[in-house]
Amino acid sequence: MLEEELKGRNMHFHKKPSWDKFKDSDVTPEEVFNDRRRILKQMGFLGAGALLSSNANAGIFDLFGNKKEKQTFLRSDLPHTQNTEYDSVLNGALTPESKIITHNNFYEFGTGKSDPAENAQGFKVDPWKLVIDGLVDNPLTLDYDDLMKLFALEERTHLLRCVEAWSMVVPWVGFPLASLLKKAGVKSHATHVAFETLFDPEQMPGQKSRLMGGGIHYPYVEGLTINEAMNPLSFMAVGLYGKTLPPQNGAPIRLVVPWKYGFKSIKSIVRIRVMDKQPPTSWNQLASREYGFYANVNPNVDHPRWSQATERRIGEGGLFSAKRINTQMFNGYGEQVADLYSGLDLTRHF
Amino acid sequence: MRLTSKHLFWLKAVMHLVALWPIGYLVLSVVSGDAGGDPVQYIIHYTGVGALNTLVILLMISPLARRFKQGILIQTRRLIGLYVFAYASLHILAFISLDLLFEWSLLLQEILKRPYILVGAVAYLILIALSITSLKVIRKKMGRRWQQLHNWVYLVAILVPIHFYWSVKSEVIEPSIYILIIIGLLALRLSIGKKLSQTFTRLRLKLSSQ
Repeated sequence: MLEEELKGRNMHFHKKPSWDKFKDSDVTPEEVFNDRRRILKQMGFLGAGALLSSNANAGIFDLFGNKKEKQTFLRSDLPHTQNTEYDSVLNGALTPESKIITHNNFYEFGTGKSDPAENAQGFKVDPWKLVIDGLVDNPLTLDYDDLMKLFALEERTHLLRCVEAWSMVVPWVGFPLASLLKKAGVKSHATHVAFETLFDPEQMPGQKSRLMGGGIHYPYVEGLTINEAMNPLSFMAVGLYGKTLPPQNGAPIRLVVPWKYGFKSIKSIVRIRVMDKQPPTSWNQLASREYGFYANVNPNVDHPRWSQATERRIGEGGLFSAKRINTQMFNGYGEQVADLYSGLDLTRHF
Repeated sequence: MRLTSKHLFWLKAVMHLVALWPIGYLVLSVVSGDAGGDPVQYIIHYTGVGALNTLVILLMISPLARRFKQGILIQTRRLIGLYVFAYASLHILAFISLDLLFEWSLLLQEILKRPYILVGAVAYLILIALSITSLKVIRKKMGRRWQQLHNWVYLVAILVPIHFYWSVKSEVIEPSIYILIIIGLLALRLSIGKKLSQTFTRLRLKLSSQ
């Protein structure tokens, strides 16, 4: 509170009102008050791990209007055109923006679904540097403005199917990955493209603490074959719902490969490298039996520990309004991508 | 100081509050949006960890009662045990209603396809049996078999952290901590059991030599 304001109040309350019979020493000690979040967290029923990590979910006092002291990442409007070419694949209404930006897997900011929205608001995206190198004719280094202005931005609505068997419908804003690769000029003997997320443990607490980061070897890396990368479906998103991405969704730039499980769509990318061999990918490194390089959405190939035949669609409405729907081969994008895999045994190359 | 039955009343009242408080916290954080835009996984995880935490507290009662010679504490085990069951029930209810959305055919498939669910389901069946037989009438009728049945809580204590460890994608540190805690609590009992059996053998030897 401002000092003037405080003075003003004191003038107002020359005499203490009758109900204010508390002495200063009666009220909560300042250190307890300031530490209330941590104290309340410990009073909450948290898991053993959460007690060790100081970065658990929001404290209960947030419920009573303390939200204003939290910073919110500022997003700006993005001029864009509409691309409705892929809308026929959509099998449900848009997932509300409020759910898309508060239900995220981004282990760099914690493994809980609400951790990224909670921990990423101070993330710095400008200045940013995205390097495109490797087997290209013109290596590129793009800064934040380049990402937003170098290519004509279009809005595309795509299905997002998580390997955990939930899904969303998201209106992304961005440009085709192929436009970027063409600008760099891919050499003819290139076979794969590797992607890398920012490594900055100071900003990304999950990279600092194994407990928060879920045991992934950071930086997070992903990859595509060159044909997958050049497919018009592969998309570089810089925004959603008409505005720049919030950090929890991968600001300032992320990949969107809608026919693959969500973990392929790598976030907050700093490097794209064109290669002549298959690059390592993070989840495959961690558990190769469970996560393959391709990770195409496939209802017929189950995760070793759970079924992929159906998915929980996160749509509008409250907790009980979600729907279970059947998962489609290639997440419904078979027409666009099935021929990339002709002759490939998808039960082995999952 | 020996705890009396008067103390026990207040102790139980506090235990009820401590066990119920997290439910209130959960409801508030879900309603306020602090649990995220789609808190289904959060609720399932929270109630599951709730059951596990309560189970750990339950397994601490006997060692504490022995260590501090407060036999009356043993009487709180029923209350705490029933809260383990209550949290486990909420956990399963949340899974069936919020995640599977009452698709019962899916439930069977999932139990068969997800081995960790099978492990959890076995633990829950045991908890049901223990909760039903916690009624005093039944307990009296069962006589000595009651204790035999209720020793199965140790199997639950082994299955639940395995279920947790097996269910996560990669965050194995937290379930590992629980596995260590449970091993510790069970080892405590083994050593107590060993000491007891040693005393018995000594007694028997004494008797036979006389």
